[in-house]
Amino acid sequence: MEKLILALGALANPVVILIIFSGVSAGLFVGAMPGLTATMALAVLLPFTFTLPPLLGLVALGAVYMGAIYGGSFAAILVNTPGTPSSIATAFEGYPLSKQGRALEAISVATIASAIGGIAGVLFLLFLSPPLARLSLRFGPSEYFWVAILGLTLIASLSEGSLLKGLLGGTIGMMLGTMGVAPIGGETRFTFGMPVMQGGVEMIVALIGLFVLPELYNMAALGRTSLGEVTVSSREKASFWRVVKRVLSKPGNLIRSCIIGEIVAIIPGAGGNIANLVAYNEAKRASRHPERFGTGVIEGLVASESSNNVTVAGSMVPLLTLGIPGAPPDAVILGVLLLHGLRPGIELFTTSGVLTYAFIISMGLAALAMVPVGLIGGRLIYRIIFRTPYYFLVPTIGLATILGTFALRNSFSDVIIMLTLGTAGYLLKQIGINPPPIVLGLILGGIAEVGFVQTMLGGATYRFPVLRLFENPLSWILIGMVVFSAAWPYLAALYRRLRSPGVSEEGDQ
Amino acid sequence: MRAKGLNYIKRCMVLFSVAAIVMTLAPALVNAEYPEKPITYIISFNPGGESDVTARLQESQLEKFLGVPVNVTHKPGGGGAVAWSNFQRTAKPDGYTVIGVNIPHIIGQPMLRKDAGYETDGFDLIMWFHFTPNALIVKKDSPYQTLADFLKYARENPKAATVGGSGSFSANHLETLRLEKAAGVQVTYVPHTGTGPLVPALLGGHITAAMGYSMLGVQYKDQVRVLGVAADERIETLPDAPTFKELGYDIVGGAFRGVAAPKGTDPQIISRLAKAFSETNKIIAEKQRQLGFVMTYATGEDAYTLVGRMKKNYEGILQEIAAQKKKK
Repeated sequence: MEKLILALGALANPVVILIIFSGVSAGLFVGAMPGLTATMALAVLLPFTFTLPPLLGLVALGAVYMGAIYGGSFAAILVNTPGTPSSIATAFEGYPLSKQGRALEAISVATIASAIGGIAGVLFLLFLSPPLARLSLRFGPSEYFWVAILGLTLIASLSEGSLLKGLLGGTIGMMLGTMGVAPIGGETRFTFGMPVMQGGVEMIVALIGLFVLPELYNMAALGRTSLGEVTVSSREKASFWRVVKRVLSKPGNLIRSCIIGEIVAIIPGAGGNIANLVAYNEAKRASRHPERFGTGVIEGLVASESSNNVTVAGSMVPLLTLGIPGAPPDAVILGVLLLHGLRPGIELFTTSGVLTYAFIISMGLAALAMVPVGLIGGRLIYRIIFRTPYYFLVPTIGLATILGTFALRNSFSDVIIMLTLGTAGYLLKQIGINPPPIVLGLILGGIAEVGFVQTMLGGATYRFPVLRLFENPLSWILIGMVVFSAAWPYLAALYRRLRSPGVSEEGDQ
Repeated sequence: MRAKGLNYIKRCMVLFSVAAIVMTLAPALVNAEYPEKPITYIISFNPGGESDVTARLQESQLEKFLGVPVNVTHKPGGGGAVAWSNFQRTAKPDGYTVIGVNIPHIIGQPMLRKDAGYETDGFDLIMWFHFTPNALIVKKDSPYQTLADFLKYARENPKAATVGGSGSFSANHLETLRLEKAAGVQVTYVPHTGTGPLVPALLGGHITAAMGYSMLGVQYKDQVRVLGVAADERIETLPDAPTFKELGYDIVGGAFRGVAAPKGTDPQIISRLAKAFSETNKIIAEKQRQLGFVMTYATGEDAYTLVGRMKKNYEGILQEIAAQKKKK
């Protein structure tokens, strides 16, 4: 406790506040640009932090990280393009809202939800680190496999209309994920003799192609942008206090999303990219009107944006206590800690406790700083995008995505892959196969493969190595969740049928 | 008349000597001009990895010694192969593009992959700047106190011991295979997608032991025990960890990291770069040593000798694997 107060003292410094605000703003910009990721932003920042004292360096990294995960929502809401994989689900509800002329409202909701999520993550990190860290170590290969399978059951709810087409999309995604060097075994697969294909299909490249290009083709075909004009009434609805009230009016949704975000975050290797989809799916399942999801439902937006910002501080639970990066950007932060001679572990909370607590609290401050930065920046970006005619907007966004794709791995072939996938995605969309299941298959296919093969190797001396998948209690829990999740649509239908007499009476009136 | 003639001769002499000075200095002046524009330093792995963190440390020092900006860029994929194949195909040998290279990757991949797209000898090596020896590591509460304990278990229960490592046919994997051969045991090697995921697998008890890099032993020293280090002598930051050599197994290996230029680069430029990288290495040595790296200064001929030596070390095991692959 004493350390907490000392930590607050260390932060009471105008330079710290300045760094937090500029860090969040920079992060917001990076996050909003498809192709620029939080990991890249942190890596670029790294040399600058060497010249700063450890605390200021860490504060800057934390603020940029927080801002980047939040910034992804802007592109998702305004142009239906998740700026980072952490806001895929944000696009599902945010973009329909924009089409209805409620873009400002959507941005405000995303901002408040992100800030709340960010702070919730910090609280988890401050008070629940040790038990959560122990839980994170329980996840072994078989658990990873089941987590991935659980994720794949989301396809059922992500595929509007036909389940078959959703599964087809998921399969396409998983197949794309097998290209390149096998994660285990090191064989090269489906490279067609091209050395450059050893790099495979990078998830973010696919994300940009599959989400942005169809939207751009659409705008070009329609000859207008799809953004609706903001009406006076919706401008009022976007006012700060009203939005805060609306977001807080459904505390169950917020709490559920934050807990989901935290649990996903502590699983090493899974981060906001999975958390936002799971939280969105659960919000839909818990809702009384799941059929309205996809048409601009505030709860869906809140679930996605709060859960992904929880993962920022959440993924630092295994990082600070065990030295295990919970998500890719954390690897950079681990590097900084080690270079300053700070070894993750109990020492970090005792001998260098003041520094560590100050760093953690600064992430909470960064979450708060997102509110003014986001509300002002959001209005600005909205105005720019809305006022720009489509014949300027389409080529500008197109160019930005090409640059972003190239910058990701400095690879021109990634640009070609992006354009090919995007065009294919546009055509697939016409026949009802939507991008989300494809991206989900691509993200989870690799995790499932690694988990499965590692489990089989671990069971090398078993008569049936596959039994190893069913060995641990944590696996049983996950299997139960898979079964429940897969059976849910049928259970829900059954439930409705049992209650149907009452419902049909109402329907007759 | 006479004075005029003298003047003329004087003038001629001055002109001649100036010309002579210019002519002798000219080549030196041309060389002194390198580098005159920013240098691109390609890292063939993701940001945040060991190669990247090292490059970030070097960046500012290199700029000081070379007097031009040094831009670190990433081109990850295929365990490094995407960047290396692209580099050998397209990079101009003008000294303005250099790339980080790793042993044993650049030895193993071209031997084992049909379309790695590059050759081990297709680089002009500038320098190998550090070495991270492999180490066999168990969790602190593991029942195996020594390498002998572990090998006894592995001998009595073939394939039951799982040894995790980063990557397939990587330094970690090849070392595990060599240990199996040298000790006459059979274990199950479980590849992980990097050193990052290897740590929770080890600390969570999902593998019996890890064949990782020595840094793991340093960075997680409260939580793990190092049973053996694949280095010639004990490393400074792990004074209590015995080497495999001490324990009777002639196993020395790990990952060397260095930097290379495109084939055919002017040797003077190579030595200029080697000098800058060596000076840089001296400055960042203290920081890196603490993290468990072993600093090396192999430039010029030494850099090629090192590749030759490591090639010989791994050749046997690599050829065996390649033969097995063909059979399949």
